[in-house]
Amino acid sequence: MNIAPQTLRIIALLVVLALVTAFFASVIPNYFNARLFNRISSSVAIMALIATAQTLVILTRSIDLSLGSIVGFTAFATGSIVSGHPAAQPLVLVGYAMLVGAGFGLINGALVAYAKVPSIIVTLATMAIFRSFLVEYSDAKSITAAQLPPWLVDFPNLVLFEVGGVEFRAAFMAAVTVVLLVHIALSRLRPARQFYAVGSNPEAAEMAGINSKRTVFVAFVLAGALAGLAGFMFLARFGTITVVAGLGFEFKSVAAAVVGGVNIFGGSGTAFGALIGAVMIDLIDTSLVRWDLVSEFWREAVLGALILTAVAVDAILMRRLVALRVRREKERNTKGAKP
Amino acid sequence: MKLLQSWEGFLICALALIIAVNVTLAPEFLTFANQINLFQLSIEKIIVALVMTFVIINAEIDLSVGSMMGLSACAFGWLFQQGVPAAAAMAICLGIGLLGGLFNGYFVARIGLPSLVVTLATLIGFRGLARVLVEDRGIGDFPQWVDNLGQKGLIGTVPFGLIAFAVLFSGLYVLLQRTGFGRKTYVIGTNRDVADYAGIDTGRHKIIIFTMSGVVSAFAGLLFAARVGAVRGDVANGFELDIITMVLLGGVSVFGGTGSLFGTLMAILIVLNLRNGMALVNITGHIQTGVVGLLLIGSVLVPRIDLARIFGRKAGET
Repeated sequence: MNIAPQTLRIIALLVVLALVTAFFASVIPNYFNARLFNRISSSVAIMALIATAQTLVILTRSIDLSLGSIVGFTAFATGSIVSGHPAAQPLVLVGYAMLVGAGFGLINGALVAYAKVPSIIVTLATMAIFRSFLVEYSDAKSITAAQLPPWLVDFPNLVLFEVGGVEFRAAFMAAVTVVLLVHIALSRLRPARQFYAVGSNPEAAEMAGINSKRTVFVAFVLAGALAGLAGFMFLARFGTITVVAGLGFEFKSVAAAVVGGVNIFGGSGTAFGALIGAVMIDLIDTSLVRWDLVSEFWREAVLGALILTAVAVDAILMRRLVALRVRREKERNTKGAKP
Repeated sequence: MKLLQSWEGFLICALALIIAVNVTLAPEFLTFANQINLFQLSIEKIIVALVMTFVIINAEIDLSVGSMMGLSACAFGWLFQQGVPAAAAMAICLGIGLLGGLFNGYFVARIGLPSLVVTLATLIGFRGLARVLVEDRGIGDFPQWVDNLGQKGLIGTVPFGLIAFAVLFSGLYVLLQRTGFGRKTYVIGTNRDVADYAGIDTGRHKIIIFTMSGVVSAFAGLLFAARVGAVRGDVANGFELDIITMVLLGGVSVFGGTGSLFGTLMAILIVLNLRNGMALVNITGHIQTGVVGLLLIGSVLVPRIDLARIFGRKAGET
C-alpha cells in the first residue's frame, strides 16, 4: 500500500512537533501543561489564517508579500468603524474586514492574473502601497483598546469549552474551522482542485479546460479575504493598532507554509500542513523565551535554522522517496515481463 | 527614437522629468552638496543593488541582504567592544559576509533548494545572529577614523561610500557586460539546463554570485555602522525590499536572463531623486515607499500596453 506523499508529510510533521514538545518539556520545568496550549492557540489563531491564505496563493505558483499590509489595514479600518459605531453587529464587522481584505486581493489578483505582472513584483509593490493607504487613512493616529467595545476586547479570551484546564478559545476554534474547511475544499471540491492543476502545470490546465487566469485571480481574492479575517482577529487580540500592524507577517506566512510542506513552486501542499507549520513556528518561538539556558535573543536565529532544516530534509527525503518508487516500479515491471 | 523605445531610454526620460519637477519645487535641489547628500543617505542600499542585479539576472533572489548588513554591522560593534582593533574587526566582518554568502549558495546550488526559501530562512537567521550579538543594546563610540570614513568627505566633499559605489559600479559593469563570467550569468539566468549542457558549472557560478552578494552586503553593513556611528539589532531591517525594487525597476527581469547594470543605475537615480523630491514637499516615508511601489508596477505594466493595437485598428479602418 502506498501512502500519499502529502499524508506522509503531515504524519512526519506531527512526529517532529511531538519531538520538539518533548524536548522542551525535558529542559523547561512545568512546561507541558494546559497553559502552553492556551498561550500558543491564541497566537496561532492569527498565524494559521495568514498561512492558509499564503498557501492558496503559493499553490497557484504565485506569492503574496502584501498579506501583512492587508492584515494591518483591515485591523485598523475595522477598529475605526467599531470605535465610531460601538453597536455594530460582530458578524457585520467580520464581513466588513473580509470584504476590505478581498478588495485588496482583487487588486493583486487582477494585476497578476490578467495584467500578467509577476506576483513577486506586484505584491512587493502593493505591500508598500497598501501600507501607505494605512498611513493616509489613519492620519498617523492609533487605535487603542479603550476605543473598542468590551465584547471585542474580551473576544480573544472567550472560552467555548474547557477540558481539564485546556481552554478551547473561540478565536482559535474559528481559525481552525476555517483552515479545515479550506483543507477539505482543496482536497474534495472540483473547483478547488483547480488550484493544484494550475500550480502543477498552467498550460496543461488550460488544455484541460481550466480557466487558469480566473483560478489565480480567485486565489488572490480568497487570500485577501482570509487576511482580512486575520486582521479582525489581530484587532481583537491586541486592541492597539498602529501603522506598523502586521509588519513582517508576509515572511512569517511564507515560512509557516513552507515548513508545513507547501511547495514554493506551486502545485502541492495542504492547508492543514500550513496550520501545523504555523503551530511549529509559534511553539518554538514561545518555548525559546522560557528556556533559561538560551537567551531569548536566539529565537530568530533558531527559527531561521529550523526553516532551512525543514525544507532541506523535506527535499532530500522526497527525492529519495521518488527514486525508491521508480526503482520498485521497474522491478515490478521486469518481474511481470519474465513469465 | 530607438533609444526612446528601449527600457533605458524610458528610464532616462522619467529621470529627467523627476529632476525637472524637483528643480521647480526647490531651486537648491541641483546643488552639488544636495546631490551628494542624496546618495549618501541611501549609499548602503544602492551598493547592494549593484550585486543584486547579478543575483536576479541569474534567475535567483537574495532576500537575506538586509539581515547580512545588520549582522555585519552588529558583529563589527560587538568585536570592537571586545577590544578587537576596528580594522581587524572590519576584515572579520567581510569574512562573515563571505561565509554567509557561501552558505546561501551551497543550499541553493548543491542541495537544490529554491533561493526564495533559502534566503527567507537566512533573512530570519542572520537577523537572529545579529540580535544575539548586540541583544537590545546600542553600540557606538567607534574610533574617529571610522566615523570620518562614513561621514566626512574623502576627496574634497565626496565621501568614501560614494567613491566605493563608483569603483564597484565600474568593476561590476566590466564583469557583467565584458567578460565570460558576465555572459555565463545571463545564459544561466535564461535557461539553466541549457547552460548545464553547454558545459558551464552552473552550481559553482551560483555559489560565486551568492558569495559576492554576501561580501558586498557585509561591506554595506560596515559602511552603515561608520555612517551612523552606532549599531543596533535592527540595522538595515527591511532594506531587501527597497534594493529588489531598485533592481526590478531598472528593467531586470524577475525570471532572469535580461537586464543591465546601467538600468539599475538609472533606477537608483530615479528612486533617490523621487524620494528626495517628495521629502522636499513634506511627503512622509511610508507614502514615499508606496509611490515607489506604484512606479514598480507601472514600470512593468506600461511597456505591455500595445500602442500599435490601440491605434492600429483606427488606422486600418480608414
